[in-house]
Amino acid sequence: MNRISRSSPPKTPMKSLPYVVLLSMCLGTALAHGEDVKFNRDVRPILSNRCFHCHGPDEEHREAGLRLDRGEGPEGAYESVIEPGSPEDSELWARITSDDPDMLMPPPDSQKPPLDDAERAILRQWIEQGADYEGFWAFVPPAAPDIPTEFEGTPIDRFVWRRLSEEGLEPSERADKRTLLRRLSLDLTGLPPTLEEIQEFLQDDSPRAYENLVDRLLASPHFGEHMAKYWLDLVRFADTNGIHHDHYRDLSPYRDWVIRAFNDNLPYDEFTRYQIAGDLYPEADQDQLVASGFHRLHLIIDVGTALPQESFTRNVIDRVTSVGTAFMGLTVQCAVCHDHKYDPITMRDFYSLSAFFNNIDAEPETGGRRGPDFRRGLQPPYINLPDEQQAAQLAELKARVHAAEAELASAKAALEEPEEDPDAQQAEAEKQIKQAEQNLADAEQARDNLLVTIPAAMVMKERPEPRPAYMLIRGAYDKPGEQVQRDTPAFLPPLQAAEGEPTRMDLADWLVGREHPLTARVAVNRFWQQMFGVGIVRTSEDFGAQGAWPSHPDLLDYLTVAFIEGGWDVKALLKEIAMSETYRQTSVASPEAYQHDSANRLLARGSRFRLDSEVIRDSVLGTSGLLNPEILGKSVKPPQPEGLWKAVSMPSSFPRVFVPDEGDKIYRRSVYTFWKRGMPPPQMTIFDAPTREECIARRERTNTPLQALLMLNEREYLKAARHLARHVLSTCEASPGEQIDVIHETITSHLPAPDEKQALMKLATDLEALYAESPALVEELLGGETPPSDVPPARWAAFTLLTSSLYNLDIIKTRQ
Amino acid sequence: MNDSMQAARWAMARRQFLQTCGMGLGTTALGALLPQNSSAALHHPARAKHVIFLFMAGAPSQIDLFDYKPELETRFREPLPLSVSMGQRVTAMTQGKDQLVAPSMFGFRQQGENGIWMSELLPYLSGVADELCIVKSLYTNAINHDPGKTFLCTGSEIPGRASMGAWLSYGLGSMNRDLPDFVVLNSAYWTGGTRNVQALYSRLWGSGPLPSKHQGVKLQTSGDPVLFLSNPPGIDRQIRRRMLDTVRQVNQQHFSEIGDPEIETTISQQEMAFRMQASVPELTDVSGEPQHVLDLYGPEVTKTGSFARNCLLARRMVERGVRFIQVFHRGWDHHTILPKQLPGQCFDVDQPSAALIQDLKRRGLLEDTLIVFAGEFGRTVYCQGTLKRDDYGRDHHPRCFSGWLAGGGVQGGITYGETDDFSYNVAHNPVAVRDLHATMLHQLGIDHERLSFPFQGLDQRLTGVEPARVVQEILS
Repeated sequence: MNRISRSSPPKTPMKSLPYVVLLSMCLGTALAHGEDVKFNRDVRPILSNRCFHCHGPDEEHREAGLRLDRGEGPEGAYESVIEPGSPEDSELWARITSDDPDMLMPPPDSQKPPLDDAERAILRQWIEQGADYEGFWAFVPPAAPDIPTEFEGTPIDRFVWRRLSEEGLEPSERADKRTLLRRLSLDLTGLPPTLEEIQEFLQDDSPRAYENLVDRLLASPHFGEHMAKYWLDLVRFADTNGIHHDHYRDLSPYRDWVIRAFNDNLPYDEFTRYQIAGDLYPEADQDQLVASGFHRLHLIIDVGTALPQESFTRNVIDRVTSVGTAFMGLTVQCAVCHDHKYDPITMRDFYSLSAFFNNIDAEPETGGRRGPDFRRGLQPPYINLPDEQQAAQLAELKARVHAAEAELASAKAALEEPEEDPDAQQAEAEKQIKQAEQNLADAEQARDNLLVTIPAAMVMKERPEPRPAYMLIRGAYDKPGEQVQRDTPAFLPPLQAAEGEPTRMDLADWLVGREHPLTARVAVNRFWQQMFGVGIVRTSEDFGAQGAWPSHPDLLDYLTVAFIEGGWDVKALLKEIAMSETYRQTSVASPEAYQHDSANRLLARGSRFRLDSEVIRDSVLGTSGLLNPEILGKSVKPPQPEGLWKAVSMPSSFPRVFVPDEGDKIYRRSVYTFWKRGMPPPQMTIFDAPTREECIARRERTNTPLQALLMLNEREYLKAARHLARHVLSTCEASPGEQIDVIHETITSHLPAPDEKQALMKLATDLEALYAESPALVEELLGGETPPSDVPPARWAAFTLLTSSLYNLDIIKTRQ
Repeated sequence: MNDSMQAARWAMARRQFLQTCGMGLGTTALGALLPQNSSAALHHPARAKHVIFLFMAGAPSQIDLFDYKPELETRFREPLPLSVSMGQRVTAMTQGKDQLVAPSMFGFRQQGENGIWMSELLPYLSGVADELCIVKSLYTNAINHDPGKTFLCTGSEIPGRASMGAWLSYGLGSMNRDLPDFVVLNSAYWTGGTRNVQALYSRLWGSGPLPSKHQGVKLQTSGDPVLFLSNPPGIDRQIRRRMLDTVRQVNQQHFSEIGDPEIETTISQQEMAFRMQASVPELTDVSGEPQHVLDLYGPEVTKTGSFARNCLLARRMVERGVRFIQVFHRGWDHHTILPKQLPGQCFDVDQPSAALIQDLKRRGLLEDTLIVFAGEFGRTVYCQGTLKRDDYGRDHHPRCFSGWLAGGGVQGGITYGETDDFSYNVAHNPVAVRDLHATMLHQLGIDHERLSFPFQGLDQRLTGVEPARVVQEILS
């Protein structure tokens, strides 16, 4: 964001006030208010973006023996280029204002544009103030800030209103009850409310009505499904291995665990421990083991083309990267080849972390095609998760295999024994061996056939002896450098090992330690992002120096401290947010207000943003009555256009051809949709769902014609419209106008405004007339289904398109 | 700084300003609906407006097609000298095995005014040799297909970066109102057989961290050419129009109540979708092409999904203002029985790609269109599997490979770069994949170092962080 300030203001006409508001929002600059310059907010972004590349933490590429990321110490800024209090005596000031291209910094040929006047003014003022460095805000443990006293309301509101008043803005009114119900339902469960839920909430006039609603939604089993969706993006959960053949890989028990963990409100520190080190609990229970499957979610190649050592290295780097992004909001992977350019993460730090994750007792590539593991999408180590009946059957079949093995052994032994009539005996013995072999094969077949129906979870497992870990020179798998020990980055709190060599459990404890500055902050910020569409720190994947400055730093710290002290209680945090007036504001505002703060960083109104692909699809299924609400289980394949997989797969990929599921499986929630990394379902990716190849903390939100085509023409969405239209026409004995009310309320949670209703009535009439003239079209549209009695087919067709029209409104794909 | 440079800087700065401040979605998405004056975003005058990238997925053998090494004839079955291979890494498939030289069994002849050596397997491309700039000194980092293709398409082996076409769409904006900026065509037939067909991944045309409207739109070879393009059964164009009129009216009403300009974007995108329902079938319908044009592309052009048909479609897209067209052809991974399978592969691509050059040239479009033909890496001089004079295979080889460029301000009738006697190492004028990317961007008026997008704390670029250079020597 600093790059704009290097240019003078655009020549396009722009009123001066909005520009100032924008500038202060983007830069967080103090200059607009004439206050002191703050190092972290104002100075660090400039230095980080323009100077640290050559004068920063990366020792190997540091130029001129100067680092500007700190004042004190060897090569620090005070040693040579900054005289605190006196810009004129500071070489830094001379260098950034020089007319001489050989002197000017950043150098004109560095691709780093020159500093502009505003940036120079900030640096000058900072030096004048004494050039104090601050520890980077996100690397300092959060401390509870004073809650503003000049306002009344929840702490969240007080922090938000203080910022609003500084900007000369006012909060908006509370949204109406229907909007709040719909908003909360979508934000907490990913599903819109039913007609009954709408009535129930509208009729509840008690002061606790809203709070009861929050509690009810947090207790819904669909809450966990919705929360899991965000988490699965973050850990790149998918159903194929993502490289080369892109074979099937079954991780669904991990997904089930995530859903249950959110539903059970497993404290977030435990949630973290289970995933980082679940396998290391003494007497680890099934959940803990399944959760350790976190370390098995990375992309993995199948055996045969790459060199195993290269694949091994790739897997380890991927594991470390995911821990960095998911739990710490750090781009540690930047330090694979060199010290981090912007954050104090050294290459040694990266490889010291890697030493926790390089000791898995597993092959670095998935195995061959033989045996049930391949069909099951499994690779050892894994645990079988049979239900009681399956367990009994499995024991029985294993015993049968055992018996068959014994039978074979004794048949073979019989052959060895000398007999009186060797020829006849030998023939008999060979016959018996053949029979025994057949029995064994049958028994194994029966066992394997059962096995493929039993769920199993891939888990983390440590080898008895830790593998040595090395720095890899420029990240090359075949160029090990110095050996490193398990450790955490030096700029973060020190690791405390319970005893001896540090373990992953020590690392997990360290991550959720009270002094760790990142884990809780990063989590709180993501939950906030879920509720407002954008985090307090916009770059929820990067809390480092190149990340964004928080819009409300004190609020983030307040929430973080409360979160930790409240026992890492996710539901409590979400409830606190939901109960704030800030959350409950209306999103109705002027177009100017939208333009000035399109992402709603200042929170002067309720947030309005495009819903995620899963929520859009689930809403269509839910309101149409087609949704299959069953929770947990294996991935399912709802229909998609033909040929998508085949067009990208290898002839021997497994699976190669997409075969849709049938029955009500295809109406399960989208969190269960089968995700082929090489070609994820288009209903998801067209609406910006990621491929699940990388850890993604926030999705893009675009608005494209392909999305419009999807909503208009996707066959299942049209089927949903037809289903809902049929239901209302056949069960609601009322006038067409009232029937339209019901459909409208079902889909949007609101009754239509008068002019809207008039437009819809006219649409229904016109379409019915058009369809009455074209019975062939009606027949095609209704797909051979017979209309409900007393309903003219043309009316059903017209109402189907009317319903589809409502599904195509902007407000349907938008949370508001 | 002159005015146009200043304007270009403004355009870039403003774009990044909007993106970075989170203003981008509403504002730029709306802006992109209108044909943009693309020159506003240029860093320097462009030599080309379009790119057609013909991607030979699986990696064709440079030794059998472009990189003529007659001396190898005398070295049949000799071990590759260690002084050449220097113990470099190999794949798991040939690790620890003998590295015995396999000369090409195919004849080479000098073609065109400058006598460029070309394989007998490419008779049609030989006929347009004077248009080709054959680069023999390409090299890459990756030794396996998936990272290799990802690297060539996105500039990084790590999955999830923005692809070439996405960068151009992001950097230059749209030239037309009715079609996407970036279209991907995948060929569905391989005359060389299917055993060497490697997987593709949507990441190869993905937008990575860029807004996803810049991702490639893959045309399907069966069913709707664009996913969800056609109206479902029972809905004709009149009914669809009637429905959209009401949707538009209600959306408009909501905009006036709620105030969010994003609603207006939705309205515009629905109208664009409606236009695409006409423009895309018009694009893919080749029934109006005269017979002599169809003949130019060869017999396969009659099959939907053939490489020949896709080349013809690429030309039609250039005419209609599509910025970047990527045509994939798979099946070049000739580990064994290469002599049996390579001719079929060449049959698929030789005539159509030559036709594409000629067809564009006749229409005066070749000078605006840069065509690039390449695989993700090369193949080894040494044999994998059976070795006979007329039966051999070749493993993956990242240290050198050949490709060609045509049109778009690149000199024709030349070769660039040399490999050693074994087509193993680059001997002169190396061209890294990032150099190829930088050169492509340069021809479109973009400085590769200045086209960037902030993500994960870095200014991401197609050419990455290593120095890249524009190969000025091949430009006209």
